[in-house]
Amino acid sequence: MNRPAARRTVDAIWRIEAPKLIAALTRMVRDVGLAEDLAQDAMVVALERWPETGIPDNPGAWLMTVAKRRAIDWIRRNRQRDDKYAELARVSELISEDDMDKALDGEVGDDLLRLVFMTCHPALSREARVALTLRLLCGLTTEEIARSFLTSEPTVAQRIVRAKKTLNAERSSFEMPSGEELAERLSAVLEVVYLMFNEGYAATSGEHWVRPLLCQEALRLGRILAELAPREPEVHGLVALMEIQASRLRTRVGDQGEPVLLLDQDRAQWDRLLIRRGLAALERCRKLGRPLGPYALQAAIAACHAEAPTSEETNWIRIAALYEALSRQAPSPIVELNRAVAVAMAFGPAYGLQIVDEIAGLSALENYHLLPSVRGELLRKLGRYGEARLEFERAAAMTRNVREQELLCARAAECDARSSD
Amino acid sequence: MRFMLLVKATGCSEAGVPHSREHRFAKEASLASMAEAGVLLAAERLQPSSGGIRMAFSPEGEPELECGPFPADSWLLAEYLVIESESMEEAIGWARRIPAPGGCERMEVELRRLEDKAHGPRNIGLENDLALQLGMLRQD
Repeated sequence: MNRPAARRTVDAIWRIEAPKLIAALTRMVRDVGLAEDLAQDAMVVALERWPETGIPDNPGAWLMTVAKRRAIDWIRRNRQRDDKYAELARVSELISEDDMDKALDGEVGDDLLRLVFMTCHPALSREARVALTLRLLCGLTTEEIARSFLTSEPTVAQRIVRAKKTLNAERSSFEMPSGEELAERLSAVLEVVYLMFNEGYAATSGEHWVRPLLCQEALRLGRILAELAPREPEVHGLVALMEIQASRLRTRVGDQGEPVLLLDQDRAQWDRLLIRRGLAALERCRKLGRPLGPYALQAAIAACHAEAPTSEETNWIRIAALYEALSRQAPSPIVELNRAVAVAMAFGPAYGLQIVDEIAGLSALENYHLLPSVRGELLRKLGRYGEARLEFERAAAMTRNVREQELLCARAAECDARSSD
Repeated sequence: MRFMLLVKATGCSEAGVPHSREHRFAKEASLASMAEAGVLLAAERLQPSSGGIRMAFSPEGEPELECGPFPADSWLLAEYLVIESESMEEAIGWARRIPAPGGCERMEVELRRLEDKAHGPRNIGLENDLALQLGMLRQD
């Protein structure tokens, strides 16, 4: 294997393994920044060795062994120094030989959840938490994070530096909180888990084929959380939402054994098992007898679609009502746009258009091609072909998806023909 | 949130009078502490306004050009820093760390919050449902 090929393979493996490595190492050295450095060291070793030796059968375990050896070396070096410098005693107090044994064969899954709880320390701002999560738990580079949030790379880099410092200064513990503390951090934890899921799902439609694993990891964390905090409706709401959305994400294996992704809107392709699990989670949430929160509402909407045997049998009135509730609890332009479509389907295009027109001027939707797509569709239904054509043309100019572009151009041409009738 | 700290020009900065060694060291140390804390995003010094041009745009006609040097008043910049902080209070705290020039004259720093075009995380559930629902709207 040549070097560039090795680099690509190691990168792909890194994205999958990095969060687990960092989580396990954080448990050993109690410093998330140091843990990340040690994990990266292990990857550098892999880059040197693998072109000669080939990729080991279990690359994750290989990386974990190398990284843990480095961590143990680091702990020993520090311990020797501690004998001379009493102020560095923290490490030797915290880490016993027993801990090291445990860390070596410890259960990784729990470590990952501990890391999630750690990144949700109340001393961190939401922005810092998001940046740190994408870096540590989703394996994204600062450049990728900056690009997806339309911010600059130094901003993201500094945010991450700052977040790690805050965690160290707070001596944020790597233990799973319980009781009140768990409840306090829970909404931030749910947000982080959903962020992982989103990242996995979004990247899946792009070029990174490894990302479905991130969705699965987020789902797994969600299911563990549901057992840890069974009385919290939103935990079940989030699990339900992720299960049902994941049911639309199908993967198949290609000729070369590589996973190929199918993002299909065809409901016959949806994974019935995931839908059943999602509906069960939603039921658990409802049984708690409290008004549905934002995750549960989104899950309930997805459930309406999942339960409709055909698209014609969709219960649009119920969906419109759920969006109305969502727009009160977690208002956002994209919720409104969704609500406009649901209202149009339930009560007619004129009512949908009213809602779209209220959000049309918002800067948050400036470059969002689905806004003119929806508006154009509603105008077309109302027979206002001239205006509809303009919207379809605007939408076509905004999207980079070729298939979508063709569809929009065809719509525009159709409206053009009708308006001159 | 991001803040820009606009350090205004002084007679000394305009005349290119070099700062004392102590001041330069204090300045470096203060920038280093900001970078270390994960706060500093950018820090640049401008050349004196003698090399600058001001362009005045009016509704009609060509813009008017004026050559420097310009008066060393509150309009004139000498340096800027961009920092990331949680609040205006915190930003003021960081601005306090910019060492005063000493000897020369008073220094003025203006703090302004930068407009953010950054947005929050995406919500795949909503995007996904929107794509699905738009598909049904088109078929209807």
